[in-house]
Amino acid sequence: MLGPGVAWYLGIAAFLFATGALGVLVRRNPIIVLLSLEIMLNGGNLALIAFSRHARNGAGQIFALAVMAVAAAEVCVGLGLVVALHRRRLAMDVDALSELHG
Amino acid sequence: MILAASAGGILVWIVWVAAGFACLASGIAVISFSNPFYSALALIGNLGSLAVLYLLLSAEFVAAAQVLVYAGAVMVMFLFVIAYIGPRSETPWAGGPSWQSLGAILAAASIFVEIIVAIGLKAGGRLSHSDHVNATFGSPGWIGRLFLTDHLLAFEITSIVLLVAAVGGVILASHARRREVPA
Repeated sequence: MLGPGVAWYLGIAAFLFATGALGVLVRRNPIIVLLSLEIMLNGGNLALIAFSRHARNGAGQIFALAVMAVAAAEVCVGLGLVVALHRRRLAMDVDALSELHG
Repeated sequence: MILAASAGGILVWIVWVAAGFACLASGIAVISFSNPFYSALALIGNLGSLAVLYLLLSAEFVAAAQVLVYAGAVMVMFLFVIAYIGPRSETPWAGGPSWQSLGAILAAASIFVEIIVAIGLKAGGRLSHSDHVNATFGSPGWIGRLFLTDHLLAFEITSIVLLVAAVGGVILASHARRREVPA
């Protein structure tokens, strides 16, 4: 393979995953928490595609596409929750939303 | 011939370094902007540079789907919702380091170190070489054939998951007004 080996891509994937985890843990705004979740999922996707290229097997790319669809579903539900929070004039703060009652 | 191959390798390295740096920098930008709008724009840059990395890994269809589905559709949905609820700025690192942000940085750094150590110990020697793949690897026809033969169940279940999520999103966003419970 021309250029960098698979381990370099895995390093980028690990850094992306750690960055997304930091965002999920630190940020309070639920929209930015969702954006950080997207970063974590994309780090996983990059590792899947790198391993797919390494093993010359298509299952990794298929799984990456499935992860993309699951991420779209998660964004759909998460943004629905954000809009519901806005309609009820609740605080946009994930620390203040620790109770599940309506 | 060897000169051309090494020139191609250098070009791939240059593209890889540029895309990887853009990827990491925009990932950090997403979690450090105070305005969610700028964070979403930085995430679009992150997804675009990831698509370049997918192309370097000869996953053409996944790169195209990444740009179309992620950087196109999903991020437009994010931007619509951010514009709908209005700008709410938050200063992420204000007030000095709290125990929570310190613990979060520690946790994220330990995740990163764990993954790197695991890669280095278990797979470092074996991941450095990889042969050439044939030209159909990662092409749309190849992916479609895989989806409709080996992975048909995953393909169908993915459509059901998306349908359920769309219905759930509509229900969550539309029934949000509090109804008075008759006492």
